[in-house]
Amino acid sequence: MVSPNSSTPGGQPGSAAASSAEKTTIPDVVIRLAGNSQDGIQSVGGFLARLAGRSDQDVMTYMTIPATISGGPSIFQVRMGTGDILSSGDQADFLVAFYQHSYESHIGALRPGGVLIYDTDHVKPNPDDRRFTNVGIPITSATVEAVGGTGKDKGKNIFVLGLIARIFDLDVPKLSTLIKERLGGRGDEAVRNAMMAFDAGYAHPVENLLGHLYRFARATSAGTTASRPAVTMDGNTAMVYGLLTAGVRYGAAYPITPWSSIMEMLRTELPKYGGLFVQAEDEIAAVSHALGFAYSGHLSVTGSSGPGLSLKMEALGWGSMAEIPLICINVQRGGPSTGLPTSIEQSDLMQALYGSHGDTPRVVLAPKDVEDCFYIAIEAARIAKEFSTPVIILTDQALATRIEAFEEPDLKNLVKEHTLDLTPAPVDYKPYPLDTWPKHVPPGTRMLSGKYPTVTGLEHDEAGHPSGSPAVHAKMNARRREKIKAVAKSLPAHEIYGDQSGDVLVVGWCSTYGPIREAVNQLRKSDNAPKIGQLHLRHLAPFAPGLGEIFARYKKVVVCELNDEGLYGYGQLASLLRAAYANPAIVSVTKTDGLTFKVREIVAGVQKHLSA
Amino acid sequence: MSSAPVSAPLVEVPAAGGPGRAPLAKKGLVSDHPTWCPGCGDFAVLASFYRVLEKLNYPQESIVTFAGIGCSSRFPYFVNSHGGHFIHGRSLPFAAAISLGRDDLHVFAFGGDGDGFSIGGNHLFHAARKNTKMTYVIMDNSVYGLTKKQTSPTSPIGFKSKTDPWGAMEQPVNPMKTLLTAGATFVARSHATQVNHMTEMMLRAAQHDGFSVVEILSECVEFNEGAFDAANPRKGGKWQLIDLKKNDGTPEDAARHDPTDEFSAMKLALADAPGYFGVFYEVNRPTKNKLERDLIARTREKTKGASALQLLEGTFAKMR
Ligand SMILES: Cc1ncc(C[n+]2csc(CCOP(=O)(O)OP(=O)(O)O)c2C)c(N)n1
Ligand code: SF4
Repeated sequence: MVSPNSSTPGGQPGSAAASSAEKTTIPDVVIRLAGNSQDGIQSVGGFLARLAGRSDQDVMTYMTIPATISGGPSIFQVRMGTGDILSSGDQADFLVAFYQHSYESHIGALRPGGVLIYDTDHVKPNPDDRRFTNVGIPITSATVEAVGGTGKDKGKNIFVLGLIARIFDLDVPKLSTLIKERLGGRGDEAVRNAMMAFDAGYAHPVENLLGHLYRFARATSAGTTASRPAVTMDGNTAMVYGLLTAGVRYGAAYPITPWSSIMEMLRTELPKYGGLFVQAEDEIAAVSHALGFAYSGHLSVTGSSGPGLSLKMEALGWGSMAEIPLICINVQRGGPSTGLPTSIEQSDLMQALYGSHGDTPRVVLAPKDVEDCFYIAIEAARIAKEFSTPVIILTDQALATRIEAFEEPDLKNLVKEHTLDLTPAPVDYKPYPLDTWPKHVPPGTRMLSGKYPTVTGLEHDEAGHPSGSPAVHAKMNARRREKIKAVAKSLPAHEIYGDQSGDVLVVGWCSTYGPIREAVNQLRKSDNAPKIGQLHLRHLAPFAPGLGEIFARYKKVVVCELNDEGLYGYGQLASLLRAAYANPAIVSVTKTDGLTFKVREIVAGVQKHLSA
Repeated sequence: MSSAPVSAPLVEVPAAGGPGRAPLAKKGLVSDHPTWCPGCGDFAVLASFYRVLEKLNYPQESIVTFAGIGCSSRFPYFVNSHGGHFIHGRSLPFAAAISLGRDDLHVFAFGGDGDGFSIGGNHLFHAARKNTKMTYVIMDNSVYGLTKKQTSPTSPIGFKSKTDPWGAMEQPVNPMKTLLTAGATFVARSHATQVNHMTEMMLRAAQHDGFSVVEILSECVEFNEGAFDAANPRKGGKWQLIDLKKNDGTPEDAARHDPTDEFSAMKLALADAPGYFGVFYEVNRPTKNKLERDLIARTREKTKGASALQLLEGTFAKMR
């Protein structure tokens, strides 16, 4: 509930006698569920997200994975409501605390005036803390009572789902369908128990404690241009289906959080598509396998997170030199080294751009939200094939795990199957021509010249013959550079949201897109609003043309990114932009606390630079 | 620069190899002139490999030769086939993927002892257990040739090199033992001075349905001269062949060997240098190629051969 003119839930703690029919209309709500990971908190989040997807509502989730192996405190935050939901919310409006530790660790995330729902069986809130509406419900015992039998308190999560359904007037038939779909595989018993827990939660007269209930505002017709139904999934899943849609059928990787779920899904899915995915002995073997698949004529993928990307670098350099198409995904997490493996950071940009030996011009792309994870995979495939080059996709931990609803892609028009092209190569075939871009001929291709090509990481001439000549090296370096510059010409022009020139342009990349958009919206509505625009970069190397001219139209260019300000006071993208465009107006807002940007952090950062 | 495709007249030349075509001949298989030092053992390996290809008579375009980095790893440049060289030590995962991705190809990887047992040791181990169909030829010269005489993982204790001027002190790798332990399904050994034997070993390796390795002692005349004389009869050495036929009933006849017997293969592998030559081990275990193909067939059956679009539509429908 970020909209300043929305009524605030729990804002009237005194009105406990309100009738159950009284419903306050709200635009959206941020609910944080805090418990232990085995309580099924994630699945409550998943149900809510799915429901939102099926109800023309927007949704965004956020979760933490405990760094411990099993169990451990866990949260799931979901923001759902009407209109564009761009971030998972700075603060929670509702906190559901299952345990004393959940209460103690997360009460700080609840905004003053918000609602604390706690399990009276486990939690004793501080009686002196009067900032919140405290709603105590015996969640554990009520669940045991409802489900009975040996289930003990299993189903607490579904009880809470029922509770939430009542509080926010959610579509109960749709939710029941979702529960049945989801748990159907576990047998009738599981579904029956879940439904009993759900009904008990829904029947609980929570309005007696809350004072009133809520209902989401109706979506305005302007927001509903979608012609296809919404689908709900997390970013890694969207990436997988983007790859499958793009025709990627081969790949290899080594497990690492938060990349692993992509490889797990690919290993499950690819055989259905006639493809295969290899779990390699390490990341070097993984990228080598993936390049081998690519050399043999298949569109192929590898991926990892931070440390794994480092291991792949030598082979990626080979891929650039030998000019082999490959998609390499890096799901960024906190670094350096094993760093903060389950937290978000955007500190692999420089590694992606330059992390190999020699001059290795790269293609680096980054998705802006969950939906874009799908489309960026398709774009990466296009570029890799068209320019016969490795393409790195930089996504991040937040996008990997967060769930969003988006319009179902137009699959019919997007699905590609690549056929192996073994047309004989003409007599004058050159693998590395100076005046055009290469066409890699896979093995199995007959060479009409009778001469078969070698691909190599050694510098080579147009025919692929190793050459130690500095003149050839200079020419070939230029050729590889120009090839990547040609990629730039194939990219869509930059789009600026908001003011097209003026005081400040806020620039970001990857998952910061939503929070930056929300911050820009807030700033535009503020008193003495600056003339402000937002530019989100999906193509980090090469940049689409025209960036320097765009920057020149603003007094300040504030680059927001989740990495350190470095030795010279600028984040990684900001450093790159300053170097490329020599524009002293380019400044940074950075942080490395392992969390996504809060909208107010961006607002404050931009304001600080505006008044500087 | 334009991005127009290369276009040139398609002049049909008769392709060699394969049924109904001119047989593959050395003439068509020779590529660039080898850049090895005169007298390097690798020349003989190359000559034998041409003979192997002639005998196999695969369609020329279906032959793929790949290597890592090193003198020996230059091999693919000298064979007129598809191929090339990858980064140091990593030719196996690269080549295995070619085989997995393309059943129509014949995949050969080449390398040195440094490439295979040192930087690529991990990959060798896993290639053996994965059992992808391909042939790996290691030219073992017990020294780093390309980088000019450093100790290699197969250098004997006491070996003097630029990195061990006082003599190597580490236990050398025993390739046969390592490969058997890793679960390779075809393990053989030869010597670059024994051209017929070497040819036979590579030929049998190529015909093996699985991951096959041939270690060939190949002298580096520049930096490790005479290293394998002890196994060269012409230099007064002992050429101890693993003899499949020899079976005179004497229990101490160590070379009498059933190649499917892993235990006795291991005993042969444990012999002191220069050791035995021949096929140590050969068994059939399902290849990764076959297992993956079967997995695909099974899943395709379950999905009733649905197209990519149908599969994707089904998945997205579930995500609504
Ligand atoms: C990552 C990496 N490390 C080191 C090297 C340097 N290097 C090239 S070849 C080689 C060793 C070659 O020895 P071996 O594999 O036994 O082959 P030989 O030259 O003896 O045939 C080394 C260390 C390299 N190219 N790449
Ligand atoms: S240095 Fe040794 S291994 Fe290399 S080519 Fe010369 S003789 Fe052969």
